[in-house]
Amino acid sequence: MSRIRPDYEMTKWRRFQRFVNGEELPEDERKRQEFLHAAREKSARREEEQAAFFLRQKEERASFRKYWKEQERRELERALKERENWADTKGVKLFRRFYHAVSIIICISVIAVLLAVVAELPAFGSGGTPANGNEVAERYIVKGQEETGAVNIVTGMILDYRAFDTLGESHVLFIAACTVLILLRIDHGADGRPTQAKLEAEEDDRQFEPKNDRILQKTAFFLVPCIIIFGIYVILNGHISPGGGFSGGAIIGAGLILHLNAFGFRKTERFFTYRVFQTVTLCSLLFYSAAKCYSFYCGANHLESGIPLGTPGSILSSGLILPLNICVGCVVACTMYTFYAIFRKGGI
Amino acid sequence: MSGFKAILLLILILCALATSISRNLLTSVVIFMSYSLVMCIIWILLESPDLAITEAAVGAGVTSVLFFVTLKKIHAMDQRKNAEEEEEEERDEQDQAGL
Repeated sequence: MSRIRPDYEMTKWRRFQRFVNGEELPEDERKRQEFLHAAREKSARREEEQAAFFLRQKEERASFRKYWKEQERRELERALKERENWADTKGVKLFRRFYHAVSIIICISVIAVLLAVVAELPAFGSGGTPANGNEVAERYIVKGQEETGAVNIVTGMILDYRAFDTLGESHVLFIAACTVLILLRIDHGADGRPTQAKLEAEEDDRQFEPKNDRILQKTAFFLVPCIIIFGIYVILNGHISPGGGFSGGAIIGAGLILHLNAFGFRKTERFFTYRVFQTVTLCSLLFYSAAKCYSFYCGANHLESGIPLGTPGSILSSGLILPLNICVGCVVACTMYTFYAIFRKGGI
Repeated sequence: MSGFKAILLLILILCALATSISRNLLTSVVIFMSYSLVMCIIWILLESPDLAITEAAVGAGVTSVLFFVTLKKIHAMDQRKNAEEEEEEERDEQDQAGL
């Protein structure tokens, strides 16, 4: 008996033989089994894959939905925020445009009204003005010098016929100075010692102090006396030449401010302190009020006031006008200087 | 004379516009000062020297000084100075980096 090859069953011949005999091929069976197994596995894997795919799809859809919801929420929030900040962003822009338009319209209409009124006025210096037919103005011009003793009719009107108005103006200035004092003055402490704020303000004021500026100091040295003397001249000649208490006082105040700027507080404090301001202003206003009360009382009751009018044209003339001018000048000069000092360091 | 007056009035209007248009506050105040000066001359031409004196003293003098003090207080005047200082600092830093 011949030996059988170990792989005899697998040879082509044997397989052919078995195919002819109709026998089952053990190999085939195994292959089939393997194939079936593979197919089963494959289908299982596919199912798994499909399931995983579905799952993934589901997840994706969920996340997508979530994303959309988030987006929507964000959009809503942004819209809400925009609505909240509307006044700060779009509102401001709108308001600014509106403001510009309205301001231009108002300006143009005011200009138009003023121009129309000016066009209606009679020409400057023409004889046909309504004021020329007015008896009050006529009396001022014709009898002004005789009645008030002032060559400068304007001052005669301001300080004699209409002195009450000027008293009101002086009080307005005084009240303005008081208001500035209330708002800006830095006071001493309750025990009379300077507070921290006052010390700080004075320290801060050092930057205004002159750093020995030669040009400024030399100029001020020559200019300040001239300016103050000119101011005094304007006040004293108020009833003779153009000028008067207010203009002269403003000039003196400007001179004082120049002096303060050039030489600093220490030198100005020698002659102008808070006490001086109080005394001068109070005395001036009181004298003004008293003098005008007396003159109104006399005038209303047709009494002789007993104040000599003097000869028109000389300094000592025109009754009460000169002292009243001096009072107004003092008040104005003190107020101007005080304004400046308080603006600078909150005190005189 | 009317030509001179017309020129002054024109300058007045220009000053008024420039005061409101100017971006720098200091420039505005200086232009405002010149406005007062022109107005002062116009008062003299209109034969009211009283008003001219007051305008010169108050408008061109005291008001402008008060404006200057206020600008100094709110530190609006040393903007340019600050900018220059910053530039200098930058230059110093660059010099140091270069060294």
